[in-house]
Amino acid sequence: MQFKSQAVAKPYFIAAIGLFVGQILFGLILGLQYVIGDFLFPAIPFNVARMVHTNLLIVWLLFGFMGGAYYMIPEESETELFSPKLALLMFWIFLVAGALTIVGYLAVPYATLAELTGNNLLETMGREFLEQPLPTKLGIVIVALAFLFNITMTVLKGKKTAISIVLLIGLWGLAVFFLFSFYNPVNVVLDKFFWWWTVHLWVEGVWELILGSFLAFVLIKTTGVDREVIEKWLYVIVTLTLITGIIGTGHHYFWIGTPEYWQWWGSIFSALEPIPFFAMTVFAFNMVNRRRREHPNKAAVLWALGTGVMAFLGAGVWGFLHTLAPVNFYTHGTQITAAHGHMAFYGAYAMVNLMMISYAMPILNGRAANSNKSQVIEMWSFWLMTVAMVFITLFLTAAGILQVWLQRVSDAPLPFMVAQEKIAMFYWMREWAGVAFLIGLILYIVSFFVGGKEEKAA
Amino acid sequence: MSGAFTKSMARNIFFGGTIFFFLLFLALSFDTHSQLPKRDMRANITPQIAEGKKLWEVNNCIGCHTLLGEGAYFAPELGNVVVRYGDEGTKAFIQSRPKEGIPGRRSMPQFNFTDEQLNAIVAFLKHVNSINTASWPPNSQG
Repeated sequence: MQFKSQAVAKPYFIAAIGLFVGQILFGLILGLQYVIGDFLFPAIPFNVARMVHTNLLIVWLLFGFMGGAYYMIPEESETELFSPKLALLMFWIFLVAGALTIVGYLAVPYATLAELTGNNLLETMGREFLEQPLPTKLGIVIVALAFLFNITMTVLKGKKTAISIVLLIGLWGLAVFFLFSFYNPVNVVLDKFFWWWTVHLWVEGVWELILGSFLAFVLIKTTGVDREVIEKWLYVIVTLTLITGIIGTGHHYFWIGTPEYWQWWGSIFSALEPIPFFAMTVFAFNMVNRRRREHPNKAAVLWALGTGVMAFLGAGVWGFLHTLAPVNFYTHGTQITAAHGHMAFYGAYAMVNLMMISYAMPILNGRAANSNKSQVIEMWSFWLMTVAMVFITLFLTAAGILQVWLQRVSDAPLPFMVAQEKIAMFYWMREWAGVAFLIGLILYIVSFFVGGKEEKAA
Repeated sequence: MSGAFTKSMARNIFFGGTIFFFLLFLALSFDTHSQLPKRDMRANITPQIAEGKKLWEVNNCIGCHTLLGEGAYFAPELGNVVVRYGDEGTKAFIQSRPKEGIPGRRSMPQFNFTDEQLNAIVAFLKHVNSINTASWPPNSQG
């Protein structure tokens, strides 16, 4: 690696992968609870397992983003990290806080956890994805601020590239919009309105900037295409992201008590949201086709192409499927949403992190790329996980279409649980696809431990 | 992209476009806030409803159920549960959950709520049902 301080990225990447494994294991528990309703009940009720599944996802993605930024920013700024010690300290704080939170979820009833952690001082818990106890939320803010300080100072003392500027805007946006998680008014409509300022403006806003800048960075490194060209593309993509995605928040304001005009604003702008993802796919393929060098790390290039395609399918196409208000009237809050959520998170954010890890880890280990044997296994894991996720999404989509028909459209709408039992076969198939995903993930981890003839040192 | 379109032009469009659409979003949000009091029934919110919302949160109901379509998809929509079950039926359902679950079926935990707490939860759910949601959900099954 070019700068010694980039090494702080390594523990972040390892933690990210570890938490990813936990996320998938709990995903399998949840999938089984869908068909064997009392599986692990009352020890781990569905709501607890789901909280662990989604919170581990968020935390491992944040570990990946931070690790990626710590790796990338010194190289982009052409200077050592402002403070590697601070980065390592924050790593341990974040890891311990995250682990304690998960233990808390599993060890005591949620209401007890709320009582013990001071939810009465400031009621922020019990809202989807923002279930973390107050101390954890404050911990996230502290870690994020220290991280941002570290990264920003590094950029300020070094070179300022478009890639690092876009990344900084994305990361600062992430921190700023998280602050809405502390606002929980008693008026449930207002609560929901601003809840989306964290959730939507993260995943369909500022996180896409982080995604774009990571992708641009790895494409520059692996294809050798001129930085001017890549950075111009990056600006175009993030422009498209924010001019569609910000007003696109409106697709969450159709049925929660907000005025009907959001059905127009939300439908029109979110119908445009696939465009930046399509641009990202074209961008990745274009740059790889115009490559000026053959980078030995073929696996990283595969992840880069894959994240473009899968983000376009999962976030773009599957988002569009149910984003128009007349369609969403029937699909809102069904398995269609779950299908979209799974593929979008995997395609956009899991894969971009795996891309960065794939590119950076060999270099952090002192070689340009892993051995051919190791890369072959990694590419197998790519295909297994990706194809498994396609099937998870297809089965959930089938379940969702039937659910919408049985429960909402037909002349004699069935109660929720009756409809659920009729579509159980699709949940079983989703669970098996989930097992295939886990096998892919295990192969991915195996690829780190496979030797063979190494590529030359970086 | 041709050579005429430079990186600095792209950057300027990015900053200009982002600022413009963010301000537009703020303006729409501002307008929404002026209309919300007629729709969100905030004038009817009592301490009991507030207590119900708190109980809803600290028991992580959203981890299985949806409320106005948002949440988890493991258990039924509750924004209109009072329409399906009525006040007493809703309370009776929550109260009668077996501690060890129902063999083979999706099971709701037994929360051991007091009568006062049950009344607060139902008051909250009735309040949510009174919100103007543009006629969602499509029917009483949620």
